[in-house]
Amino acid sequence: MSERKVPAPELNPEIEAYFAAADEGRLLIKACTNCGEAFHYPRALCPFCRSERTEWREASGKGEIYSFTVLRRAPIPYAVASVQLAEGPRMITNIVDCDFDSLRCGLPVRVVFKPSESGPAVPMFTPEGEPA
Amino acid sequence: MSGYAYIVGAFEHPTRRAEDKSVAQIHGESAKGALADAGLSFDDVDAYFVARDGPGVLGGIGMAEYMGLTHLRHLDNTETGGSAPLVMAGHAARAILSGRCRVALVTMGGKSLTGDPKRMMPDQYGAPELPFEAPYGINTHAIYAMAAQRHIHEFGTTREQMSWVKVAASHHAQHNPNAVLPKVVTVEEVSESPMIADPLRRLDCCLNTDGGGAIVVVGEEIARSLNRPMIRIRGAAEALKHQDGGRSGFTWTAGRDSAARAFAEAGVTHADIKYASVYDSFTMTVIITLEDLGFCEKGKGGAFVSDGNLISGVGKLPVNTDGGGLCNNHPGGRGGIPKLVEAVRQVRGEAHPKVQVPNCDLVVAHGTGGFITSRGGSCTMILERTR
Ligand SMILES: [Zn+2]
Repeated sequence: MSERKVPAPELNPEIEAYFAAADEGRLLIKACTNCGEAFHYPRALCPFCRSERTEWREASGKGEIYSFTVLRRAPIPYAVASVQLAEGPRMITNIVDCDFDSLRCGLPVRVVFKPSESGPAVPMFTPEGEPA
Repeated sequence: MSGYAYIVGAFEHPTRRAEDKSVAQIHGESAKGALADAGLSFDDVDAYFVARDGPGVLGGIGMAEYMGLTHLRHLDNTETGGSAPLVMAGHAARAILSGRCRVALVTMGGKSLTGDPKRMMPDQYGAPELPFEAPYGINTHAIYAMAAQRHIHEFGTTREQMSWVKVAASHHAQHNPNAVLPKVVTVEEVSESPMIADPLRRLDCCLNTDGGGAIVVVGEEIARSLNRPMIRIRGAAEALKHQDGGRSGFTWTAGRDSAARAFAEAGVTHADIKYASVYDSFTMTVIITLEDLGFCEKGKGGAFVSDGNLISGVGKLPVNTDGGGLCNNHPGGRGGIPKLVEAVRQVRGEAHPKVQVPNCDLVVAHGTGGFITSRGGSCTMILERTR
């Protein structure tokens, strides 16, 4: 099955490290060393305590589907989801390499990386147990 | 601030497909309609309110120029998505009560049906969330579908319950000569319509139309001088919601906060409300919003909307008696204006006789703007007829 073309993320200095890591197959998450909280999307200033003392951490890449949908009418149907990461925050993403009819809220997923059009790879997720 | 501001003019542009009009023209014709409804003129207007649907970089000023408004002393371009006209009507009330202005005009217009779809959305360059959303093909359907999916997961809301929202809208739309979809539909027809974005089917989704509308807000002295029903804004509050660093849930909207504040300001209870305009971008939006508004417990919205409970003359809470965004009109992708206009019609007693709620002296109009699961703004407005 042909894959949906993934638009490249618009990069800026604040988030370049995230996509550089994704391009190497690593999922980063931003966390605050002042209040200890992790958050997504990543940013320089902690949204909870507004400290500048935020740092990139390597995420486990594990999580579960908080909610999802399948865009059935798109030329190449695709699944959009909100995945609750093991580290806490939820992130909007795609669920790939699976039978869309098997998706449900609460399903365990793990990160995979998919190329974007003339940009870095971006993190997506696939159900745990699907062959790598 | 004491006293009340009054809605004296309300106009829903009759167009649903405006190939022959510009966006500015829709704003201008809507303003003219609302001012005529009030018995006021463009020269009376000293405050102008328009969101980013006002065309151009300086949309508010550009539209003031187009309409020849030369006495303005207050301008507001608050953007909360489709709820923006309600939000700004609330701002207008406060501006009037604080003495900043006397006659406030709110306009909305858009051509999301026959306009250039690529230019419908403002340029998102620099939006901090964009790199984390755009690659994933997020669109309005996906965002609302995920709210619906989670609501079903947490509360057991059913396919049939969602369909009842559309059925009620269609029952009302049959009496609206301007409605795009005046045909009554059944629960089965909605439930079996084609899947668009699980669990949303085609008939769960609102219309896409061209159109617009306008509202005129004034203080008590001017309202008394006009030969119109006096409709006071008894309570109005806005609230916003975003992803909160990845913590925010999908089964509620900012409406829970705007409603709590608006009901507190109005000092009325839900049992007092005779009619509700509830933003209906999708069937599930109405279910979630009625919970947030406090008409039922969180999670019980599906049961609340069932069995015709939203149908005028049948159920306990008539909702969207113009047919709503699901069947009547969703101009420019922004349904706030038709919501407020139908609420004004109801509280004036000027709705279509087949759907007019008897003794309709207290109503609520509620807008849900933006994207229900990611970011948007809500506004709750409680209107009361005093003359
Ligand atoms: Zn912090």
